[in-house]
Amino acid sequence: MGRFLARRALFGLLVLWIVSGAVFLLFFVAPHDPARLIAGRLATPQTVALVNHRLGLDRPLPDQYASFVWRLLHGDFGYSYYSSAPVGQLLASRLPVTASLALGGAVLWLVVGIGVGVAAARRPRSLVDRGGAVLMLAGLSMPTFLVGLLLIYFLFFRMHLAGITVFPPGGYVPLTQDPVGWAQHLVLPWVTLAAVTAATYSRLTRSSMLEVLGEDYIRTARSKGLSEDRVVYRHGLRSALTPVVTLLGIDVGTLLGGVIVTEQVFGLPGLGQLAWQSVTTQDLPVIIGTVLVASAFIVVANLLVDLGYALLDPRVRPS
Amino acid sequence: MAQRAGVTDEVLLRLDGVVKHFPVGHGLFGGRDADAVHAVDGVSLEVHRGETLGLVGETGSGKSTLARCATRLHTLTAGRVVFDGHDISTLSRHELRPYRRQLQMVFQDPYGSLNPHRRVGSIIGDPLAVHGVTAAVARRRRVQELMETVGLNPEHYNRFPAEFSGGQRQRVGVARALALRPRLIICDEPVSALDVSIRAQILNLLADLQRELDLTYLFISHDLSVVRQVSDRVAVMYLGKLAEVAPVAELYHRPRHPYVAALLSAVPVADPDLADRRERIILAGDPPSPIHPPAGCRFHPRCPKAQPRCAAEVPALEPRTGDGAAHPTACHFPVEAGDDLRRTAVVGR
Amino acid sequence: MTITAPGQAAADAAAAPVGVQGRGPWQLAWERLRRDPVAVVSAATLVLITVAAVAAPLVAHAVGHGPDDQYHDIGVTTAGLPVGPSRTFLLGTDNLGRDLLVRILYGARISLLVGVVATVAATVAGVVVGLAAGYLGGAVDVVLARFMDMVLSFPYLLLAIALVSVFGSSLTISMLVIAFFSWAAIGRVVRGQALSIREKEYVEASWSIGSGPLRVMFVDILPNLLAPVLVLATLLVPAAIVFEATLSFLGLGVPPPTPTWGGMLSDSLGFYQVAWWFPLFPGLALLATTLAFNLLGDSVRDALDPAARRAGGGDR
Repeated sequence: MGRFLARRALFGLLVLWIVSGAVFLLFFVAPHDPARLIAGRLATPQTVALVNHRLGLDRPLPDQYASFVWRLLHGDFGYSYYSSAPVGQLLASRLPVTASLALGGAVLWLVVGIGVGVAAARRPRSLVDRGGAVLMLAGLSMPTFLVGLLLIYFLFFRMHLAGITVFPPGGYVPLTQDPVGWAQHLVLPWVTLAAVTAATYSRLTRSSMLEVLGEDYIRTARSKGLSEDRVVYRHGLRSALTPVVTLLGIDVGTLLGGVIVTEQVFGLPGLGQLAWQSVTTQDLPVIIGTVLVASAFIVVANLLVDLGYALLDPRVRPS
Repeated sequence: MAQRAGVTDEVLLRLDGVVKHFPVGHGLFGGRDADAVHAVDGVSLEVHRGETLGLVGETGSGKSTLARCATRLHTLTAGRVVFDGHDISTLSRHELRPYRRQLQMVFQDPYGSLNPHRRVGSIIGDPLAVHGVTAAVARRRRVQELMETVGLNPEHYNRFPAEFSGGQRQRVGVARALALRPRLIICDEPVSALDVSIRAQILNLLADLQRELDLTYLFISHDLSVVRQVSDRVAVMYLGKLAEVAPVAELYHRPRHPYVAALLSAVPVADPDLADRRERIILAGDPPSPIHPPAGCRFHPRCPKAQPRCAAEVPALEPRTGDGAAHPTACHFPVEAGDDLRRTAVVGR
Repeated sequence: MTITAPGQAAADAAAAPVGVQGRGPWQLAWERLRRDPVAVVSAATLVLITVAAVAAPLVAHAVGHGPDDQYHDIGVTTAGLPVGPSRTFLLGTDNLGRDLLVRILYGARISLLVGVVATVAATVAGVVVGLAAGYLGGAVDVVLARFMDMVLSFPYLLLAIALVSVFGSSLTISMLVIAFFSWAAIGRVVRGQALSIREKEYVEASWSIGSGPLRVMFVDILPNLLAPVLVLATLLVPAAIVFEATLSFLGLGVPPPTPTWGGMLSDSLGFYQVAWWFPLFPGLALLATTLAFNLLGDSVRDALDPAARRAGGGDR
């Protein structure tokens, strides 16, 4: 077991290293000039050269890469070209926003997705099944930004016109500062995320449940006289949820790296928005920071999922 | 003991100390590990032209692995396979081609041994196509001949396997094996997956074909009553090694290896009175793991006649003297007439 | 047995009539698909959208408005806002006075092109790599499988943005980027399938009659793994379309003035309060296309594997 974990962890590190290297390379392959961007369009060549020097961008490439890796290993992500703030600090300040968004959204899509999936599995081919499928699919078929826009339009704009202001169009309020405000500002983003993701979960739950409900031990439970509810929820759901948990781990891991579109649409200052900003301003340290953080979350999530899977199902464990 | 007509003493297939180990476990990037599954651990066997040699063993005994070694579907870890005087143990795929024509196999699972996306005519004609034997048109004629030979309607040439019953699919498998006019056919549990009523049909078909086409069979099964019906000689395997080899009547009436004796005592008997009177020898424990086989005689932990010598020394497969018949048996203390194995059955360790 | 004359034997092509033509797994699936109303409607919708996309220039000609023509006089109100649906502009105009209907039809071209081409490229790459990994096994498999795992660990939207902002946005770049982030999903599925099919008895049978590796791969393994690939590919197309729309929305897709649905939606952000048609129609077009593909994909899956539809509950 230990060896298995070590192997996966090593592989994860390898991935992170390659990803960071790729981004680094990419940045230098591209025609770019962050110094100019920072110095401003009217800056003289001397100023630009000065900025270049200050940022260390005039050193040879392998040199830059070496010092980059060195600093990284010490946990130093460098300083943003754009704002001169330490990248680590930037990342840390944005994380709670993204986490609130991702986790809240996850709860919502789990409830809806699993609920619909179970209901559909209990009555296959019925109206509930078909209707639920189409509804879920509609959400899945829309790009996140579209859902967000629709929600803003209907639940903010039109309600606003009617004089009701329950849902704000964007912005973020920290949980510690004002719980109600926090939730209020996050409801629409949560619904947006959930609308797009619930379909995958309802489909997975449905097919997994159907498989489980066809098993012999379920038939035994029924023949023992247990109520259908008990059979489904206590006996069936437990085994059916394994693939769902796996997927959940990976999804949350991916989202924690930044929900770019949703954060943009709702003006949430999270990792996604930071990532987007950093790309448009060619702010290499921040780009690398966000990419690394995002990859790290994915790698860790994969690792946890593998671990959980091995714990749940002894057959999976490597000998 | 009179031989069946057609059975000769000429050796068609000889297996010489065949060993096949499968490595188990892997290192960081697919390296080796010390453990291996000892599927086949030194088996020497001869199949005579015209005979049906039955190969019996329980699951895990290595009989299927041995069959695949004989047809070179596996590469051997050690030992030789000699077919019709030619050593085919280490030939490349290309060099093996001519031998593949003479040595064919019928598989166990009628539902898994036929590609569901191909029509049966194409499946049966595959060997012909692969060996470039005939043009497409003549190939179809040959396939339809084969279908008739095995009892299928040639008009069903263009049907898919899903449209046939289990027994019919097995006939397709047999037809495919016959396509290149082989001399030896290895039947790997050909009737195990079929209903009992269908089994007789297929077994009869195989017997008829043997007579008409001068075929030799290596017939593998775990079912003793089936093997008894079709075989001239029988070899019994246990945990990768041979326990006993004998002509069929001798084996069933006078088994010398305790394992074989125990197996035979468990064969269902039709007459209920007879069955009541018969006493079963119940072996203790489960067959041990093929990754760490017991030292010495592999059967000794469960053997009612085990002595200290059995744990120390591997018994050779050779004719044994004593009260019983003299066919090759791998046992230090073979069964004698009058032995009561039930009384001395020891609880396994 | 009849004795045929020597010359006749050669001419005797039809030995026995092969009357019955069996129905293979693909034909059965096709018939199931044909009978599924959802599949038929979705397919019809997609055909309609494709035809509309192809006929975009014709429509432009018919209404007399090009996709990039800005009508400052009749297409924009005096306040500079888009004009609503009318007889001149059937679906209204955008903020620059361009005919929305024509732009939507041209936008369909981009979406369909990127969606389908990117998915086809990803599928081909995924099948080749997955088949090689699953079939060849050993070191090749280890390397390829790890590589696919790695690609699947990338935060793809983030990297896509980085890539596009580095290399500039264009049609080709969009297609490449989307294909790059999709192929590994297919590759992994193909590899898994190849690994399990490799152990089947009919593959062993092929070996035992002397088939070579190429024959085994193409005749025995490939046809039997295409079903899940087909389902996955059909479901990847709408994902690719959405991906492209998202890129366009963020300004990283095909550059203006080429009309894209995502781009139009992005442009409409500032005007949705006064011009409901501006975001609505492109949005509907996008929704209809992706929904149709998703429903079709589900139906294809049901057609290929009817077991998935069976009611749970054992033998009721």
